[in-house]
Formats: sequence, C-alpha cells, structure tokens
Amino acid sequence: MKKKRLGLSLSLLLTAGMLLGGCGQAKEDKAAEEGKGNGFSVAMVTDVGGIDDKSFNQSAWEGLQKFGEENGLKKGKGGYDYLQSQSDADYATNLNKLVRSKFDLIFGIGFLMTDAITEIADQKPNNKFAIVDSVVEKPNVASIIFKEHEGSFLVGVVAGLTTKTNKVGFVGGMEIPLIEKFESGFLAGVKAVNPNATVEVQYAGAFDKADKGKAIASSMYASGIDVIYHAAGATGNGVFSEAIDLKKQDPNKEIWVIGVDRDQYEEGKIPGTDKSVTLTSMVKRVDVAVYDLATKTKNGNFPGGQAVEYGLKEDGVGIAPSTDNLSQDVLKAVEEWKQKIINGEVKVPKTREEYKEFEATLKK
Amino acid sequence: MDFFNILEIIIPSAIFFAAPLIFTALGGVFSERSGVVNIGLEGLMVIGAFVGVVFNLTFADQFGDLTPWLAMLVAMVVASLFSLLHAVASISLRADQVVSGVAINFLALGLSLFLVKMMYGKGQTDQVEVGFDKIDIPILSKIPIIGPLFFSNGYIPSYIAIVLAFIVWYVIYKTPFGLRLRSVGEHPMAADTMGINVARMRYIAVMISGALAGIGGSIYATIISRDFSHATISGQGFMALAAMIFGKWHPLGAMGAALFFGFAQSLSIVGQAIPFLRDVPTVYLLIAPYVLTILALTGFIGRADAPKALGTPYIKGKR
Repeated sequence: MKKKRLGLSLSLLLTAGMLLGGCGQAKEDKAAEEGKGNGFSVAMVTDVGGIDDKSFNQSAWEGLQKFGEENGLKKGKGGYDYLQSQSDADYATNLNKLVRSKFDLIFGIGFLMTDAITEIADQKPNNKFAIVDSVVEKPNVASIIFKEHEGSFLVGVVAGLTTKTNKVGFVGGMEIPLIEKFESGFLAGVKAVNPNATVEVQYAGAFDKADKGKAIASSMYASGIDVIYHAAGATGNGVFSEAIDLKKQDPNKEIWVIGVDRDQYEEGKIPGTDKSVTLTSMVKRVDVAVYDLATKTKNGNFPGGQAVEYGLKEDGVGIAPSTDNLSQDVLKAVEEWKQKIINGEVKVPKTREEYKEFEATLKK
Repeated sequence: MDFFNILEIIIPSAIFFAAPLIFTALGGVFSERSGVVNIGLEGLMVIGAFVGVVFNLTFADQFGDLTPWLAMLVAMVVASLFSLLHAVASISLRADQVVSGVAINFLALGLSLFLVKMMYGKGQTDQVEVGFDKIDIPILSKIPIIGPLFFSNGYIPSYIAIVLAFIVWYVIYKTPFGLRLRSVGEHPMAADTMGINVARMRYIAVMISGALAGIGGSIYATIISRDFSHATISGQGFMALAAMIFGKWHPLGAMGAALFFGFAQSLSIVGQAIPFLRDVPTVYLLIAPYVLTILALTGFIGRADAPKALGTPYIKGKR
C-alpha cells in the first residue's frame, strides 16, 4: 500500500513536471488584457517556433511593434499584441481568441498556419486575416509571400565573386517548391557573375537534422567547395559548426557559409576570435512586410484575397547588414545587380525550369 | 572524385555521426542487460545535451579549453541522477518500464526547454564558445591510406566511444560485476538465491545508462548542433536504442550497428555527389539508411534474443 502511494506521488510529480514545461509563456497570453487603443488594432499568432525564434516570428513581432509605436498604439487589447502557439493544435484556438478580442487585422505567421487560417477565415467572414509565407485564397485573407529567389540571387553573386576554387555548394532543407526558389535564384546569381563556377546542390531531407547538415558540409568542403549557402533551418547549424571546426583546425583555410532568413553573422563566430565564417546572409524582412500590410489595411487598402509579393523592390528581401567579410568590389556588384533586378532588366528564375531558360540566355 | 576521396569523406563523417549513438547504445546495453527496458534514452540524451551546453556557456571563461570535457562530466552526473527517476519507478515501484521511460522523455524535453526559457529568456541557447576541436592524431595519421581515413579530421570523443565499447565488453563478459549484471537480467530469482542484490544491480545499471546517454547527448550538442533547442535531440536516442537491438544487446554489436548507421547516413549524403549514384532521385538515397537497417535486421543478423527477464520487475519470493 505504501509503495502504491509512493508510486502515485511519483507519477504526479512527473506529470507536474510535464505541465510545468508547457506553461513557460502563459503569462504573456495575459498581456492582451490591458491597454485601450484608438481605432485600429492588430495582432499576430506565432507558430511553434515562438516569439523569440531569432527568425520570422521574432521579425514579424518587430514589425508589429514598429507599427504600433508609430501609430501611438499600446501593447494589448485594442492596440497590438501577439499570442504564442505551443503546438499545432493551438493555431485555431489562438486565432479565435484574437477574433473575440476584436482585433481589426490578425496575422498568422508561417506556412504551418495555412489550414488554421483557412478554417477560421471561413467561420469569421467579416474579420480580416493575413498569412505570412503561404497563400490562402479567401476574400478576407491577405497572403504575404517573399521573392526569396531575388535575395538568393544576390548572395549567389557574392558567392560567385568570392569563390577561389570555382566550386560553390547549396544545402537545402526539403525538396519543396519554396526551397527550390532559393536554389534557382542562387544558381542564377552564381552563374551570372562567374559562368565557370559549378554549384553542388544537396538536400538534407529535414529542417532539424544538424548532424546531416554537418555531414553534407564536411563532404562539400572536402571536395573543394569553399562557399556554402544553406536554406535548411536548424539543419544549417551543422553547416556552421563544420565550417567553424575546420577553420579552428586550420585558420588559413578560406571557407565560408552564407546564412539564411536573418543575419547569421553571430552563428558563424569563430570562438576566440572576432571573425566569422558567415560571408553574408539572405535576409527575409518579415518585419517590413508585416508593417507594410498593417499600414495598408489601416488606410483602408486591405488586399484581401490577394497574394502580396515582397521582393528586392519592396525591401522585403536582401543581403544582411553585416558586411565585414565582403570587399567593396563585391558590394558594388551586389548593388548593380540589385538595381538591374529592380528595374526589371534581369528576371530571376524561381523554378528549375525557369533556371534552365535563364542559363540558356547567359550562354548567348 | 575518385574512390579514395569518397572513402576519405564517408569514413570520418560516419565516425563522428556514430559517436553519440555509441555512447548512448552502450548505456542501453547496461540497463537492458540488467532487465530494465530503457526507452528513456532519448530523454536522458536531451538532459545531457542541455546540461552540456548550459555548463559550456556558463563556465567557458573559467575553464577555457577544458570546458567541453568538464561539461561532459557534469552532463554525465546530472543525467545519471535524472535516470534515478526511471530506476525508482521501474525497479522499486514496479511500474511499467516502457511507460516510465516515455515519461522520462516527455519530462526531459519539457523541463529543459522550460529552464532554457527561464535562464535565457528565449527558446534556444546561444552557440557554445568552446567545442571539441578537429584533430589529426599524431603519428597514426601519417600511416598511408589508413591514416587519412581513420585518424585525420576526427574528434577525440569519437575515439573514446570506440575504445569504451571494448571496455564495456570486457566489463560485461569478463568481470564478476558483468556476470552478476547479466544474471539479474536473465534469471533474477536464481541470482537472488545466490546472494546478489537484484535491485541494487539494476539501480547501478540504470544509472550507468543515464551517465552514458548524458555523455552522448552532450557531445552531440557540443560537436554537431553547438546550441540547445527543441530540435537538438530529435530521435537520436531511439536510433541508439535501435542500434542496441540491432547489435543483439552486445556492446561491440551495438558499436558496429551505430557505425553502420553512420556509414549508411554519410553514404546517403555523399552519394549525391558520386557520379553513378547522382542520377538516383535524392529521396531514395535519403531513405537508404533505414531500408538498409530493415534489410539487415530481417535478413542478416537472424533472431535477436533479448535478456529473458527484460521488462519484468523482480518481486522477491514470487514464483
């Protein structure tokens, strides 16, 4: 009997621990209670990455904060706010919560929320929604998508001009159309400035397998590739750790990583020095897009049912502000190509078919 | 790329990939040989990774190059204490060992992420400053052919893992302690009759498994991901468990299986760059390690016999 009671209390302890793990952010949900705004209010729901994921959730929140501050809104109900999702099951609930709190515009951040937004937009046809990184064709949903191929083109230019071995690598997460946009744009950028360079393309098959990223990077660097562009989320951590280890073993080795989504200069820091293996990063300015869409909606131009594309022209993608590892010549070239893309002189391919056409035009 | 180049890439990456699995699988061997199923290896690795990274971040300034080693030791101690929960639940309280192991997995991930959030105010830690360095082993790396393949560009923990497998084999098969350990896993009542304290042996075995899984987790985090987040340990514990079963609960077998996983894994990666394999769609190369495993399990190694008393709590005096 005694043992049973002990067993019960132990299992209670274990359960309590599990619940404890889940309630780390509960207090932030309460933040929605305070504050009264003037007219327009806007909120967002994060995906499971959380508000401080150093990636698009965080960036989106920065955009909302900027919008809120500039329009004199307060954080909370009637102003600007966010809700965090702990699991996929929270998306619809969180969206509903925000609808009931009467926010004028509600963002769902990340393509994982596609289904939830579709469902809630059907149920609440009078509310306005927006989704980042996915397209939902409903009259009350605006879709924000990025021209990742254009940003990738620019880092491709950097890679093409930097490589000494004329061998460049690309590590993708999963072989899906979104990542093919990165691949095609990058390939086009490299070839545009350095037709002799070869680009090795490999997919890890996952966004969260750092060990695979490391193994791929190790094989690429060993085969003479000196610049690797990764579009692989946490798998890319392995690429960084391999580059750092190689650089520590032989500091004179010229190898580079190009980061993705945000400025990854810090990730590439070589311990014990102030240098970084991060050549540059392709940044996606989710903050710019969220800010822009919120402003449009406030002014009565809600682009419902449309997919709004943010590219170089809208400052929605670009290269990272950390440019310590780039020479003036490279920066100049990047600026030139950027203008060409903005002017429409160069059309950056976003699929493999389009890349083949693009490659054909280069050979002429 | 010629054949030798390919080997030069495949073998070192197979070894570093296998190292965390070897440590954890050896831990599994101890626990299961004593008759306690340990599904909780994954969770114990999470704890090891978490403690290893946090220790490294906190004390890198004080200890310098020693940090990753000390972090490994601390991770070992903490994970073995954590495994006590599993030991108490499944040995003393006779809970279902699988359920208790699953609880360990949940608890470890929830607890460690919660603590990361509390300590750093964000969902993942920073990158560790001091890692294990890649080294060429002096003298050995100069041997032609074998040197570049096995003794260059390696990490010391990987070699320790391989040596440890032999030590574990010696301990389990050649020492009185090992004999007792195996006997409580095969026939606890007989062992009890001979004066062996079954519960004590099992406690020791589970704690050793926690310690080794902790090492596995911490070197995975330090060498491969360099930070700790929810995705740092995703399935490696289960792969270690599979390696242990694949290796028929034998330390050297477990090591061989882990190396095989590593080999298949790096083959699938390097395969994308080998001329005759590159026309194969990527997806087939990516599933190759798992297909190879299934084939090997069904076709080549034959029946895998678990220790007889595995999964059954021992109740003194009960027939």
